[in-house]
Amino acid sequence: MAENTKSGEKYLMKGNEALAEAAIRAGCKCFFGYPITPQTELAAYMAKQMPKRGGVFLQAESELAAVNMLLGAASSGVRAMTSSSSPGISLKSEGISYMAGSDLPAVIINVQRGGPGLGSIQPSQSDYFQATHAMGHGDFNILVFAPNSVQEMADLAALAFDKADEYRIPAMILADGLLGQMMEPVSFHEIEPAHTDKSGWAANGHKNKRAHHIINSLYLDAPTLEKIVRERYERYAIIESREQRSESYMCEDAEILVVGYGAAARVAKSAVAQARAEGIKAGLFRPITLYPFPKDALREAAAGAKVLLDTELSMGQMIEDVKLAINCSKPVEFYGRTGGVVPTPGEILEKLRELNGGI
Amino acid sequence: MEISIILAGFGGQGILFAGKVLAYCAMEEGKKLTWLPSYGPEMRGGTANCSVCISDEDIGSPIIQNPDILVAMNGPSYEKFIGAVKSGGKVFYDSSMMSGVEERGDADMYAVPASDLAEKHELYGGANMILLGKLLEITGLFSDETVERALKKCVAPKRARLIPYNMQAVALGRKS
Repeated sequence: MAENTKSGEKYLMKGNEALAEAAIRAGCKCFFGYPITPQTELAAYMAKQMPKRGGVFLQAESELAAVNMLLGAASSGVRAMTSSSSPGISLKSEGISYMAGSDLPAVIINVQRGGPGLGSIQPSQSDYFQATHAMGHGDFNILVFAPNSVQEMADLAALAFDKADEYRIPAMILADGLLGQMMEPVSFHEIEPAHTDKSGWAANGHKNKRAHHIINSLYLDAPTLEKIVRERYERYAIIESREQRSESYMCEDAEILVVGYGAAARVAKSAVAQARAEGIKAGLFRPITLYPFPKDALREAAAGAKVLLDTELSMGQMIEDVKLAINCSKPVEFYGRTGGVVPTPGEILEKLRELNGGI
Repeated sequence: MEISIILAGFGGQGILFAGKVLAYCAMEEGKKLTWLPSYGPEMRGGTANCSVCISDEDIGSPIIQNPDILVAMNGPSYEKFIGAVKSGGKVFYDSSMMSGVEERGDADMYAVPASDLAEKHELYGGANMILLGKLLEITGLFSDETVERALKKCVAPKRARLIPYNMQAVALGRKS
């Protein structure tokens, strides 16, 4: 494990560790966690490094406590983070809704495992709906980033902090057990974290030189709450117009367009490469932001396709956003495994051959 | 060209470490690689394994269905993975840890009495590196210079004194 990483050098790290290192480099000052497989290395890295690097690591007594500590730290304007895996994120959802309702920037990591309930500890993507559509009660969105390599675990963690600050919104990294546990070479870039002026709202010390700031999500007067929610949705509209991110692989002449994110996209990429070698015109569209969903780029990538194949480590959740993005103008097929099972490239390839026979 | 390697054994035999050495070697040579440990229920049964993929191109899934190479350090691991090895693949196993092994006719089999060799040469706990040495010798994957550079990166500085022992074990494996 790298103790003090140097910019530009390559390190071999687990996704969980690389994300933690990137967060510290991005200026994360407070980490509140509670152990759960398969994200524990992330908290372990923070436990070792934060005290040495001017930060705070605190293992809370529960997920609820951790997320509310995050709310408190974010209220004071510092960069703060919590991490967990699926069942723990469900427990944190209340606090995330409160943060969204208080316009607080903070970063939340979900290294997904199989569900529902305690589920399994193997890689899964069955929390897509939760992350993108129902992260808690109330009308709100949070930014959702979906890395698919150890390098992206690091890069997107840094970006998540910047974007959370920029839009005063919680941001989530939606990873999975595969990305958290595997090691790949990773390098950390010398980037200056974007500085956002928080002096207008942060509830920190001011020696009575100004009126105090209040962090709050309770509005008993309904029209007032409606106004605030509507203002927030204007910000979401800006986010949706500016922050869609995605990657296209061999999409230009693709007749079958595979759509997948995170670990599923890695498996799909291998399958697409194998399909191309067999003369099947397949391509891969990989959303990097799940909220905002990259619908504009997907519409463009799908323009020449005859059929789409959505692939996920779930029973099919993102597929609804895929269908919406293209207004159901083309058939969208699905292939997924769930419960912690990761499909082989061969399984996806088989599906591609089947679809190729039908077009 | 992508090479996929599964290394498996009892917890404590250093199988994850041997995989890490391979991973660091690949990184030292500027290759793409993935290293994925077993962390699920299977490791509760006392066996540990890791999957290492090495390539010049981007690597898709880090999960290996059919490895090119299997390194097995005990009977249960051998049993678990031997059927999955690609036809024409290579299998390195610690023959001092298993008896009555049913070999695959369509794979190159390398029986190395690694645990016995380690004990004989007082390289306790070095069976993993002996097997790794054999693998490196047969496949020509990485030179000793690369292995030594890799070891310097993956062994904590306070345990650097163990690097020569590891290199001795690799050399022993190469000659076995």
